[in-house]
Amino acid sequence: MLELHDMCRSFSGKQVLHDVSFTADRGQLTGFVGGNGAGKTTTMRIILGVLAADSGTIVLDGSPLTSTSRSRFGYMPAERGLYPKMKIAEQITYLTRLHGFSKDEAISRAERLLESLGLADRMKDPLETLSTGNQQRVQIAAALVHDPDVLILDEPFSGLDPLAVDQILAVLTERAEAGSVVLFSSHQLDVVERLCNDLVIIGDGRILDSGDREDLRRRHGTLRYELTSETDLTWVRSRPGVEVDEAAPAKVLFRAEPPAAQSLLAEAVQRGTVQSFRPVLPNLSEIFREFTADKTQQESPV
Amino acid sequence: MSAANQTSAPTSPLGTAAATRLVAEREVSTQVKSKSFIISTLVTVVIIVGGIIALDFFTGNDDDQFTAATVDVVTEGQAHLETAGFDVSDTSSIQEAEELLREGEVDVIVTADPDSPLGLQLIGLDSIPMEEAQLLSVMPTMDVLDGDAADEGLRYIAAMGFGLVFMIVAMGSGMMILQNTIMEKQNRIVEILLSAISARALLAGKIVGNSIVALGQAVVMAASAALGLAVTGQLDYLEMLSWPMLWFVVFFIPGFVLVASVFAASASLVSRQEDSGSVMTPAMMMVMLPYFVVIFMLNNDLVITIASYVPFSAPVAMSLRLFDGDVAWFEPVVSMGILLLTTALVMALAAKIYSRSLLQMGQRVRLSAALKSSG
Repeated sequence: MLELHDMCRSFSGKQVLHDVSFTADRGQLTGFVGGNGAGKTTTMRIILGVLAADSGTIVLDGSPLTSTSRSRFGYMPAERGLYPKMKIAEQITYLTRLHGFSKDEAISRAERLLESLGLADRMKDPLETLSTGNQQRVQIAAALVHDPDVLILDEPFSGLDPLAVDQILAVLTERAEAGSVVLFSSHQLDVVERLCNDLVIIGDGRILDSGDREDLRRRHGTLRYELTSETDLTWVRSRPGVEVDEAAPAKVLFRAEPPAAQSLLAEAVQRGTVQSFRPVLPNLSEIFREFTADKTQQESPV
Repeated sequence: MSAANQTSAPTSPLGTAAATRLVAEREVSTQVKSKSFIISTLVTVVIIVGGIIALDFFTGNDDDQFTAATVDVVTEGQAHLETAGFDVSDTSSIQEAEELLREGEVDVIVTADPDSPLGLQLIGLDSIPMEEAQLLSVMPTMDVLDGDAADEGLRYIAAMGFGLVFMIVAMGSGMMILQNTIMEKQNRIVEILLSAISARALLAGKIVGNSIVALGQAVVMAASAALGLAVTGQLDYLEMLSWPMLWFVVFFIPGFVLVASVFAASASLVSRQEDSGSVMTPAMMMVMLPYFVVIFMLNNDLVITIASYVPFSAPVAMSLRLFDGDVAWFEPVVSMGILLLTTALVMALAAKIYSRSLLQMGQRVRLSAALKSSG
């Protein structure tokens, strides 16, 4: 388990991280979401030791991070970067050796990994001659080739087609199931919602909330109900304390306090056969919008 | 793949020395393998060897025969000169011979010299009559009418040679460091590199790697010059140059490391190739300065002496002074001490700037900010 405690960081007098604390468990994907400039990349760089924190501690499995434990970290930066003119096999071998592997070991690792990513016939090609999708695979190889114990990926899915997203996802899930910590950031909230069990939400350098996805959905946003019936439901609109978001003759989606929702259900049962009634949890985008809205309200000089 | 691989993961990160070596290795191999490097090296070799041969062809033997004015030379000596192919005209006094030499009637004066193995001394007008002497089977003693004992022309060539080699090599490798550093920043590969090794190791590797390439280039240039001189039979020049050349190499190494550090630190301040111009100028000036100093101030002893102690120009100026030979034994040592100290200081400073500005993207990082910010 990777734990961050009270990380602070300023850039030229402006504080960009305020007491950032969260945990990421082994065995599952942890999503790190936040708007542009919220502090995601800075936090990730600090975890990797590429950037130093002003204060705060990072603990992996109960002991503070050392350069030894960091050497088993894998990183995929937000803006992809490798040597454009270097042959891909050479390139991955070089990066593997920088992580401390012997030359022979590095060569065989690089070749095996590139083969498994479907790049067997491109090994001797310079990176710049590959298609965007293939360059992306090489980038993943760069993050994975030393068998990282902790994987930190900054926006791994941005700019990718669904097929490539699925490929990367398969690789990440495999790593997580093998017991690694996998933390990735994204602003594509629908993707994160689909993939991650655990979420960390950051806004303006502060952790807004974190934890299990379903818990988060229950805690935040407005609860809505979906009701379907065999009879016409247009009457729902006129009931007090109920706001209808979507309405079709036999199906409504509405917001209401639980007692109002219950009495509405009772009335629906009296009027005809109810097919279903269920609470609808807010999705991540809605939660995110709620946080942003809170912030806007705080800032507006009323 | 994970199950099979998990056994051999390294238990500790790569040490700075090992990381430095790896980075240096990559710097050297990518450069040496690049087509442009191979071509430019070949072109340089051809220009140097060809230039020396051409120079020899056009200047040395424009007359097929050298003319000599003899003074007090015995018949045996006269015969010797004629066999060697001189056009000999006997003169009665040294004054008359000098007049002929100054008017350009003859190429050289030949007089008797009991200290010489041949019994002959050759006197040139303003340069040692090396080419004329080479016609003789045994080296005569030599002197010049005007100027110092050292050959003015040769001195100029030596100055230009040291200056040019340092400038070309330092500029070439400096630009390479600049481009590579900015490229790594622009591509963001620097983030991946820094997640594996320290900025210090990256900087050190770059400096070591490029210094090896630069030194290699300098050696290739020197060897080409030696080859050119050997082909044209001017091995005596080579002999005169070998000691200053060795000193030049000794000074070249810290001198180049100094230049490399400045280039790397400058490059780390910007994140796009388009911005390189603004940070490149001071480093470029530093590289070009020694060349212009030795070329334009060649006869200003004071300036050359000062330049031989200034760290940036010491490799060129001190080598030139050593070629002249009027240097006390401690002078190169003191100059080297100053150079080494400066290099160490600049490297420490460069490491600081480099590690602090390497991850700052976008706008150019201000030097003061890079030095102040806390990493």
